[in-house]
Amino acid sequence: MTESAAPASMVIAFKLNGRRVEVLAPVRLTAAELLRDRLGLTGTKVSCGIQVCGACTVLVDGEPASSCCLLAVDLDGTEVVTVEGLARRRELHPVQEAFAAANALQCGYCTPGFVMMTVALLAANPEPDRAAVREWLDGNLCRCTGYAPIETAVMLAADRTAETERPDPGVGRTAS
Amino acid sequence: MTDPTDPTAQAADRATSPRRDAWDKVTGRARYASDATAANMAHAAVVRADRAHARIVAVDADEARRAPGVLGVITADDLGDLGRRFGHIVCDHPILAQGKVRYYGEPVAAVVAETPHEAADAAELVWVDYEDLPALTTATEALASETLIHEESYAGPERGFLGVKPEAAADNAAHRAELGWGEVDAALADAAETVETATRFPLVYGYAMETYNALADWQPGGLHVVSTAQHPLMVRKELARIFSLPLAAVRVEVPYIGGGYGSKSYTKLEPLAAAASWAVGRPVRVGTDVEGAMHTTRADGAEVTVRTGFDSEGRIIARDIDIVFDTGAYADNSPLVLTKSVNRCFGPYRVPNLQVRGTAVYTNTTPASSYRGFGAPQGALAGELNMDMAAERLGIDPVELRRRNLLPPGGTVISGKRGLDADLTADLDAVAAELDRHALPDEPGVRRGRAVAVTASDAGASPISTAQVRMHADGSVTLLTSSTEMGQGSRTALAEIAARELGLEAAAVAVGQSDTLYTPFEWTTGASRTTTVVGLAVKAACEDLQRRLRAMAAESAGIGPEEVTSGGGSIQAAGTDREPAAVIREWFGADAGEAVGIGIVRGHGETALLPPFWEIGAVGVEVAVDEITGEVAVEHLVTVGDVGRAIEPDLVKGQDLGAATQGLGIALWEEMVYEGEQLTNPNLVEYRVPRFTDAPRRVTSLLAERGDGAGPFGAKGAGEGALNPVPAAVAAAVGRAVGVWPTELPLTPARVWALLKSASEEPQTAEARA
Repeated sequence: MTESAAPASMVIAFKLNGRRVEVLAPVRLTAAELLRDRLGLTGTKVSCGIQVCGACTVLVDGEPASSCCLLAVDLDGTEVVTVEGLARRRELHPVQEAFAAANALQCGYCTPGFVMMTVALLAANPEPDRAAVREWLDGNLCRCTGYAPIETAVMLAADRTAETERPDPGVGRTAS
Repeated sequence: MTDPTDPTAQAADRATSPRRDAWDKVTGRARYASDATAANMAHAAVVRADRAHARIVAVDADEARRAPGVLGVITADDLGDLGRRFGHIVCDHPILAQGKVRYYGEPVAAVVAETPHEAADAAELVWVDYEDLPALTTATEALASETLIHEESYAGPERGFLGVKPEAAADNAAHRAELGWGEVDAALADAAETVETATRFPLVYGYAMETYNALADWQPGGLHVVSTAQHPLMVRKELARIFSLPLAAVRVEVPYIGGGYGSKSYTKLEPLAAAASWAVGRPVRVGTDVEGAMHTTRADGAEVTVRTGFDSEGRIIARDIDIVFDTGAYADNSPLVLTKSVNRCFGPYRVPNLQVRGTAVYTNTTPASSYRGFGAPQGALAGELNMDMAAERLGIDPVELRRRNLLPPGGTVISGKRGLDADLTADLDAVAAELDRHALPDEPGVRRGRAVAVTASDAGASPISTAQVRMHADGSVTLLTSSTEMGQGSRTALAEIAARELGLEAAAVAVGQSDTLYTPFEWTTGASRTTTVVGLAVKAACEDLQRRLRAMAAESAGIGPEEVTSGGGSIQAAGTDREPAAVIREWFGADAGEAVGIGIVRGHGETALLPPFWEIGAVGVEVAVDEITGEVAVEHLVTVGDVGRAIEPDLVKGQDLGAATQGLGIALWEEMVYEGEQLTNPNLVEYRVPRFTDAPRRVTSLLAERGDGAGPFGAKGAGEGALNPVPAAVAAAVGRAVGVWPTELPLTPARVWALLKSASEEPQTAEARA
């Protein structure tokens, strides 16, 4: 197909929500396209397409990343956590619980991205003050809520995380 | 009795039930149109015009057709016997540009391929030859020009269906609307003071985070579409006409919508997706990125001039208002938006003499349509800023000036319409008290300003709604409506209404998504109608269900239906008190069956008088302007949700804060900027929406619950009201802070800095002159 020396596709292997996956990924495929269109994990949302809105945030080796601007092939050898990887069986992650309890969502399209960024925030800073919350979440857009309910949810999640000391999947682990 | 606007006493007796979509949305399970797939699905990419106004000389798609994975390339000439245009008011909008393009970004062709990448690659290979026409990118230019953007009449068989009769084009006006009474010129001649305000409201984009998309699956005799449409029944009607199908053969399914705000009203990409599916014989998805979405729909920009005459006591004696909308290349819903703007621009005041002239003007820009507030924010920017300028001129406090002019509860805003179902003076006093209570002290380098603004909108909530309630053999209930869930919480609120009517826990009520194959007719999901109008349909369906249960109980007991009563969640027949579920099981003679209630709302009885309610906006803001940079920070935002009765108090406050935040976006940051023919900022870096750190430093969200609405439990609509007065309030607050009244939005740092500079040379406010 291609005239250049670069391959059109590569076989990549990575850990996705705790399970090993191996796929043949076209090099131009974004991580968001791989997750949504090929692996069926549609919880990750794409909106701005240029790393401004944060809707597509996933954790790669514990760090938040915009999956719309990350190539799928660059996931090779990493550990990826998406919104689908947070709940344990029937039990929501404390951050998910807090967003539900605080009505910190309306249309919900930004919610997975906010939840993932909050998980990353609390892993880095388990007791953030409100200024830290605003700073961390300034790269996530919400068009419905006006943000205040999200701030409430994050503070609530911080309290609950402190209470339960439940380890977060994929976060705080040593990056391989 | 507690003060209904006391923030500490509100809704304390009621816990808000959790949103029923919360689990779906925090886990990522919530299904949106953008997640929908179909077996053997193909993907379409749109080829868009790279000029604003031009004749199409030729389209060369040969290279694209030969590209890898391509199934077909469709232009207007490839649509066979399908209808060519859509538009529910004026049927002026081609599915694909035919003969000429009328705006930069207009769809000219669609390339259908196996994958989105192959479609996008091949779209680059479609070559279009154009012959340029004069590009008319502002309303002023377009009104003055002899070049017509639409040369044809749309009165033929493909005309729109919403009752506006299209006329032959004589100029570039898409629609005109007027309203008035009394003798304005004579009254103005007698005025003690006449104050004129002219403002420019920017072109804004709704930015629903899920951008427009549709998946269509055509087969002989039927069409199935999954899309982001707020109004699936309106879309069904247009698709049925385009494909010459009966309404029943067109299925429009709308799962969760990732934000609407009016921007997903009426038909958008659905005809294009359906035509592509028809052309290649496979299910086809069409999506947009943000750039494509900004080339699909925006809100009407507006230039508004208000002249108000006052007597020496500060009472309005006349208002004379001109509204010119920049409506873009196609009419879409703008004729209705204009009509509403005309009704809303003069405010809920006693105006003994009034004259309003509105013109919606076609321009060679992205078509405009509905957006949250529906013409109210455009008019209020000039109308309410004018009240602040008048207060200044008359030496009267701006809250007091409004108090002297506001209509009382029951007052007539427009003759023949429902009287004002709100106490605006109480609302405004509550706002002013909160603003004053938290007023911040002076600070070097910072200019502070506070302002209030108020609006009342004749909600365009047409009273046409149906609901179905199915009670199962265990007494639980499935509620069906075609109201779409776009985040406003309609499923939660409607389930709550059904639960209260039937004496059930909300958890015993299931609510499905809107799907025209199964769910009953609904006019639209817009105009903040759902709690009031659909709520009444749900209530009626519950009453009908009770009637049926009584009839079933009577038949089982062998007595007359008049001998059976119901209430408190049970049926009383022949001296026994029975659960509804037992009545159903006994009637069917098995642990099976169900009872169905139908609810209908039409312009009849309590909903005969329009509007069904007035949607209120009453807000206050305090802003801080940085003297060095011109940056504006919102220190305090106060809103009042004057909703009659808050069925879900938390959800009402969520609507108010969300709406007000979008108002702040228009006031301070958002503007689609055209340079020459081209939109220069079609992305979210350069089109800036409010971010987390932009949020007001203090938010006071009040509820006014006076039970004065026509909806269930005295409810009225919410969702748009808190946006409507915000741009005006911010403009007035910034004007007060810097000493010069702004004339255009958004108030970006550069514009505010220029205002500061002109204030130092020529101050306009008394405070600045002192």
